[in-house]
Parts: sequence; structure tokens; C-alpha cells
Amino acid sequence: MKAFLLYRDQDFDLQRNLPSNEQALTQDLELQTLFTAMGLEDKTLLEVARKVVLSTLNDVDAIRYRQDILKDCLKNAAVVREMYNLTVESIEKEKKHYLGIFSNYPSTILHRSVDVLQMFVGQLKSLRGVADEHAHEFQSEGFTRLFAMLQAELSEEYFADIQQHLRELAFRGGVLTSAALGKGNKANILVLRKPNDRQGLVQRIFAKRSPSCSFYISERDEAGAKALAELRDRGVNLVANALAQSTDHILSFFQMLRTELAFYVGCLNLSERLAVKGEPTCFPEPSGPQDRRLAYRGLYDVCLTLSMEPRAVGNDANADGKDLMIITGANQGGKSTLLRAMGLAQLMMQSGMFVPAESFRSNVCNALFTHYKREEDTTMKSGKLDEELRRMSEIVDNLVPNSILLFNESFAATNEREGSEIARQIVGALSEKGIKVFYVTHLHDFAHSFFLKKMEKAIFLRAERKDGGARSFKILEGEPLETSFGEDLYTKIFGNGS
Amino acid sequence: MIRCSVLTREVDGNVTREAPEAPDFFVDLNLDQIVDGIAAGKQEYNLKPFFHAPLRDVDAIRYRQEVMRDLEDRGLAEKVDAFAKNMRVMRQHLALAEKMYYKYQKERWFLDAVAIYCDAVQRLARDLADPAVKSRGILVFREYAAGYVASEGFSSLFAQTRKLLADLSSVRYCTLVNGARVRVRRYESEIDYSADVEKTFEKFKQGSVKDYLVAFRNGNDMNHVEAQVLDCVARLYPEIFQDLDEYCIRNGGYLDETIAAFDREVQFYLSYLDFIAVLRNAGLQFCYPAVSDTSKEIFTVEGFDLALARKLAIEGSSVVCNDFSLNEKERIIIVSGPNQGGKTTFSRAFGQMHHLASLGCPVQAREAQLFLPDRMFTHFEKEEDIRNLRGKLEDDLVRIHRILNQATSRSIIIMNEIFNSTTLKDAIFLGKKVMETIIRRDLICVCVTFIDELSSMSEKTVSMVSTVDPVNTAVRTFKIIRKPADGLAYAISIAEKYRLTSDSLRERIPS
Repeated sequence: MKAFLLYRDQDFDLQRNLPSNEQALTQDLELQTLFTAMGLEDKTLLEVARKVVLSTLNDVDAIRYRQDILKDCLKNAAVVREMYNLTVESIEKEKKHYLGIFSNYPSTILHRSVDVLQMFVGQLKSLRGVADEHAHEFQSEGFTRLFAMLQAELSEEYFADIQQHLRELAFRGGVLTSAALGKGNKANILVLRKPNDRQGLVQRIFAKRSPSCSFYISERDEAGAKALAELRDRGVNLVANALAQSTDHILSFFQMLRTELAFYVGCLNLSERLAVKGEPTCFPEPSGPQDRRLAYRGLYDVCLTLSMEPRAVGNDANADGKDLMIITGANQGGKSTLLRAMGLAQLMMQSGMFVPAESFRSNVCNALFTHYKREEDTTMKSGKLDEELRRMSEIVDNLVPNSILLFNESFAATNEREGSEIARQIVGALSEKGIKVFYVTHLHDFAHSFFLKKMEKAIFLRAERKDGGARSFKILEGEPLETSFGEDLYTKIFGNGS
Repeated sequence: MIRCSVLTREVDGNVTREAPEAPDFFVDLNLDQIVDGIAAGKQEYNLKPFFHAPLRDVDAIRYRQEVMRDLEDRGLAEKVDAFAKNMRVMRQHLALAEKMYYKYQKERWFLDAVAIYCDAVQRLARDLADPAVKSRGILVFREYAAGYVASEGFSSLFAQTRKLLADLSSVRYCTLVNGARVRVRRYESEIDYSADVEKTFEKFKQGSVKDYLVAFRNGNDMNHVEAQVLDCVARLYPEIFQDLDEYCIRNGGYLDETIAAFDREVQFYLSYLDFIAVLRNAGLQFCYPAVSDTSKEIFTVEGFDLALARKLAIEGSSVVCNDFSLNEKERIIIVSGPNQGGKTTFSRAFGQMHHLASLGCPVQAREAQLFLPDRMFTHFEKEEDIRNLRGKLEDDLVRIHRILNQATSRSIIIMNEIFNSTTLKDAIFLGKKVMETIIRRDLICVCVTFIDELSSMSEKTVSMVSTVDPVNTAVRTFKIIRKPADGLAYAISIAEKYRLTSDSLRERIPS
């Protein structure tokens, strides 16, 4: 039994390896803020959000599969939360059946498994009830399949079958075990058997009574009682194992269902939070990795809006057909925010989520990398430029075709001419290889030289500066300018005329 | 009675194959370490006595060298080894049969022991029918083994064993434990209940889960409930268990003495070959020495101390080899030179090779021609013993006196750092006196000493010197070469090491 809510045909492995640059992505795009908003107090929600968002899809169809399920969830939030809570409750209840120090006795293992199974049967019945009641309200392929499966697999007959087993596992007629003669004629190849005489009345009547031999253990014989218990335990060992493993399997079914629902519940949490603030969201339009598409309206930084009171500023642009976007302009004019907004939107789109924009379309990328200027690292012995280049080299080691690379003030650790030359060489090569590059920079020499090339695939954006120095945080198309308005900042901080 | 032996010829009859006590020279020559290493992990064979007993006949040595050469063939050695392993398992089974409490349990361990024995002997007889086998020792045993396997006694033992095992393995029974009652009956094709349960829950299977199987202590002993169950099984299958009872009574003395002796004696060869395999892998050479009890002209090429080499090989360090030869009238090697230069090691190697050769073993050299002495004596410096009231010098003299009294012209003497505890003048005097006796008796002797004077006493003495690196004189090469004794190289090297040569001192002492 599979949930298949995250992939059409495979489970989501919570233990999966994340891309090697997950730490850099988390730090540079402030993903922790996003995960926290999705997870709230629930650690599982947070963990699942992290794993799903960081292991992006790059297949348009797979993205649409999740988008459809998420649309169902947004429509039926209460039902989805109920299912999620049901899985959480099942997992919590299972934990309460503590096995502890008696886990060395098959009979203890068996008893516990019978109890857990009784509880699970109840939970499975509830789950089936949800399916019966609400299946018709869902349209997505994923949910339709899930509900149909629950109804087919968890039938009344099946529940009756389980109850029959639970009765028999009390072994009211004793424990029947077959054996052969092993080393030193000790019992070997023990197999628990289902007595034949339970198989039917007719057989029982006509069965020839086979010769047998029996003995009793006296009440005072303590060693004998112990030996007898062991004999019984040896017989029960296999079935106790089978049953305990079965309960574990049912538990992992609930865990898997919880994991996959968790992602959507996280999305519901985020969506509700943004709705309260009146921030717009939309389902993005992904296109194939070979395409070069990027167009957005009202795109904002979801992490910024989550961490401040006022609404974030949205930006518009159309960069369809472009491979290279160079963003220049005023300090604190929103360049880094826009870069992060684009990175976040790309990741959210490729994990099947809605995006923080009025509209957004982009081609999917096979991998997303960030190369941000880092604070000086005191543990590092090498210089800052050295460190930046080493990181760049690591990224290059992991690049695949149709990747996206976000640069933020990279290679500015040296003087402008050298930094520009390095940036020029790197970016030149990347765009020749068709890697999509977004570059926020103060390196005028670098930005300007690309502008002069009049490349068709390049687009230049600039942070808007209104007369008098006030920032609008709007980033519009525009040629790189010589100054980055550091003077403005100076003035703001040191005050006029000082 | 043992009908044939791989260690001694038929003509040797009751010649001593083993000696419980190690010869006196064992510790001095580090042969105790070597034999410990050879016998390690093979205590059950009690091999050490074999290595304590040198042979006194050149053809008896050849008899063993032939067997050893045959067993150098890995294929054959592996087959014999497989036999040994089976015999070991058989003995473990017998020990358990002895130890167990319940009758049917004891009987089954015994039956399994015999089954292992039958298979092992049959396989050995088959395996030894190898045209490559040349040695008298193995050929005579092979003939014996073939006859034994073909004998009526063995065939019948084998047939009975097979049948009983097949009967027992056909037994299938069921126990029904209900309260304090246990009912035992034959198995009647009841279905596997665990599998049935597993099938019911199969649909939830997500991947691998934890194993909940409890590992029961699976000792060989039985409790009385198990024993009662077994008794019931015996009653359900009366013919089989009656056969088992009779079988055990009939076959108590199944083990053939000559086969059992072979099992132990062949380990003399296998354990030695195992021991030297490590060194051979490290590139060191072993050879079968030419041994003579008449010619005192002896030599080895690239010999070394086996005990030391074993240690070095385990550490991965390299081993320095040395040559020596005594030609024509030469009988005595006087070894002098820098300390820690390998002199003692050289003298030990000399003694080890002679002892190992007299056992019929290959020795640690590329090529060797050795003397078969009637006895070998060693005199190595000993810690002062407070229990004996004599002084150290006196003690030395008493020991040497005893040795010279016992030695014949066919003995070998190895002396190491004698008379260290007295003045140089005394040492020269005493050393010369002892040496004169040795020369007169025509003994073969190695003498490690700081007394240069001993090295040129007679045409019978050969001087050998431990050497230092010609470039850096503080470095020992561990090479011992034939050359006139001169104490200088050592003094200079040590002076340079501490920058105490006149040149160094001129620089160091401020003017």
C-alpha cells in the first residue's frame, strides 16, 4: 500500500541525500524562515518541508502532479488536516506500547503486537471512513488513487480476517511446533504450525487418531516450568517476529502517509499565513529545462515578508529567452531581495508549491546553485578571494547542464579590475555553456562590459533610485550605472552636511 | 600398535621421536621462541616434543626431508590439512559426547563423530593417491590407508553410519505445549502459521524493518523438558533409536591407531611449513641442507636468525642475511666488531640452522651444507644468579668446564661474550686457554668475543667482523663478514655520533 502523494510512482524517502550545496542554499535563500512558516510547532512538518523543497523536481509533469494535489488540499484543508492528524495519532499511540526490557521474550513481543494491531485496526477503519465520506470532493489524480486504494485494500472482509488472526494468536489450544533432530538430537528447524483440526469439522471427525506420547511438568518443578516456557517461546518466536514486523509495516505505512501529507499541510500553513497578510500567491507555469523562460508579476521575497510587518514590494519583469541577468544599482535598493525572491520562487515551483507572486513562469533547472559573498571566516587561513574561488570551483565540480547559478556580490573581495576580470571569465564561460546566471554586482567594469556586448540573451536590471535618494525597492530594466550610490548611504547614516 | 610413521623409518623401530624437555641450548638460541611460534594454536597435537629431539642418522634426516618436500606441494598440504580439520571436529564431537548428560544426546554426538571420521579417512585415502608423492614416509602410509579403507571392518562401519544418519534425519515431529502438558506426535503436514500471518499483512510492507526474532541460547546441552521430548520422539520411532543404541555399543573402539598417529605426526611438517611461509612471502629463502656426520667443511649462503626474522617480517622490516664457511682445516669462527652489530644474532642463526637441519627441516638460507653433531652446547652470558654463591667469573668457568667435559670431537659449541666480567688481561688468558682445548679437540665452534687476540690463534680459526656503513659509520649494517679483527671502526663511529672526534672537538671548543 502506497500513498504516492509526492510522486506518481514512488515513495518519498525522508532519508534521501540532499544536494551537496543544501547548506549554501539554505543560508543564502534564508530557507529556514520558509521551513519554519510551513512547520510551525511540528518538527515533522518542518523536516519534510526542508527535504521536499531542497530535493527539487525537474520534470514538468511531476510538478503539475503535486500542484493538482495541492489545489485539492487548499480546497479541502480541513479533511487533509484530519487525515494528517489521524496518522500522527496512530504513530503516537504506537509509541505508548512500550516494549522495554522484556523484548527478549517472544510471548511479550507477541502480546504487544496483538495490542498494537488492535489499535491500528481502529485507526485504519477511521482512515477508510474518511475515504468513504470525502473521496468525491477531491479531483486530483493523487488523491483519487489514494482513496480508491484505501477502499479496496481495507475492506470489511480484510478487517474480519485480521480479527480472526488476533483470536487465534491467543493460542487457547496450546502452541503447536514442528521440529527435526539437529545437533546432538536437539530440536531443530522449529516451525509454528496451525493445527489441522481447526481446518474443518469433517476432517476432525474422520482423522485417524495418531499415536502420541505426553508428559506433565509438576507444579513444584520450577526449572521445568522455565524450560516449558522456553519451549513455548521457541515455538512462538517466528510468529511473534512476523506479527511484530507486520505492525512495523503498518506503522511505516502511517509514517509514510504522514510524511507525504506533511508537505501539503506545510503548504496549507504557509498559504494561511500569507493570506492573513494579504500577500498574493499563484501556481507557477513551469516549462522544460531546455527552454529559457522567466516572467513574473508582483514577485516578492516570501522570507522577507514572513519576517517583517509591512507587505513586501513586488517586482515585474519579462526575461523570456534570456540566459544572463545582471542586476546593478543602489545599495539597499532591493537587489539581493529580488535575487533571493527569484531563487525561492524557482525552488518552490520545482517542489510543486505555489509561489509568492501574482504570476510566475520559468523553465525548470536541473540544479540550483548560489554563490554569495560571505562574511570573513575567522577559521579560514586562506584569503577571502581564495575562499570564494575555492567555493566556485566546488560549484563547477557539481554543475550539470541547464543549471541556474545565483551570484551575489561575488569576486568583489579584490579590486574592481581584478574582480571584474575574474567575473567576466567565469560568467562568459557559464553563459557559453548555457548555464542560466543571475548576477547581483557592484563591479561596474564587469557589468558594463557585458552590456556593451549587446548580447541577445542578456538582460540588465537596475535598482530604482528616486530623485533625492529614496529607494522604491523596485528593480527595473536598466543599463548599469557608474556609481552605486554609496554616497546616499553615507549621507543617510552620517547625516547631511556632516 | 602404530604400523607406520611419517616421522621415522621402519628400521628405526622404537627410536625416540620426541623428547618432553627442550635441550639446554634452546633458550640461548631463541629456539624456544621459534618452536612456540611453530606450535602456536596447535596445542592439541603437543608438537613441541618433536622439535626437541634431533636425529642422529643422516638417512633418517633424509626420510623427513622427503616428506617435507612432498608437503611443500600446496595441493597436497591443503588436502592433508582438510583431513586434520575434520579430525579436529571429530575430537570436539567426541568430547561433547563424553560431556553430555542424556543418553540419546551422547549417542548422537558419538554417531556424528564417527561419520566425520569415516568421511575424513576416505577422502584422505583418495587424496593421497597422487602420483606426485615421492617420499617413503607418505608412500608407506598411503598403502596402509588404502588397505584400511578397503577393509571389511571399515566398510561396515561406514554403511551402518550412513543408514542411521539418514533414518534420524527423516524424523519430523510436533510438540503441543498446553499449560503444563506437552504432547509429542509425528508431524502431519500442518501449515506454517507464521507464513500465514505474514501473508495477511503483506500489503503494508514498505521496506525492510527491524528483526524481532529472539536469539535463544543455542548451547549443546539439554534441559530435562527437551530430554523428555526426545524420549517421546524415541518412543514414536522405536526402531531407529534402538539401532542407535546398538551402534554405539558395537563401535566404541572405531578409531584406528595408525591413522590417529599420522594425524598428529604430519603436523610436524605442516606447522613448520606454515611457520616459514610468512618469511618466504617476505622474500627470504629456505633450503634443504646437505647434512653430513663426517665432513666438517660447512657453509651457508644468506642465512639469518629465524626468530628475529619472524618478528621483523611481522613488523614489515627487512632482514639482513649473512654467509659463512669453514673450509678445509677451519673449525672456529671468532666474531668481533661493534656492539649491536648482529654478532649474537649471527651466532644464534648458526646454532638454529644446525638444530633445524638435525630435525629434517629446511633451514633459513639460500644454500647450506651442515654438520650433524652428536650434541650441541651453548654458553651465553647469563644474569647473575643470587642463589648460587659463586661469582660470575667462576660461574662462567664452571659452565665451560662442564661443557668441555661432555663435548666430543663431533660436538658443536657456541659461545657468546665469555669472560666479560673480568679484566682484559684475565679474559685474554682464560679465552686462550679455553680456545686451545677446543682447537685440540677439533670441535666446530662459534665464539662471539671482544678479545681480538682469539681470532688469529691458529689455522683453524676464522675471523669475522660486524661492520658499519662506510659513509656514516654510526649506522650498523648487520653484515658479518670475513675480515681481520680491528676494534677501531666502532670507536670512531661512536665518537662521530657524539661529535667527539678531534675535528669536531676543535670546532666545538671555543678558543
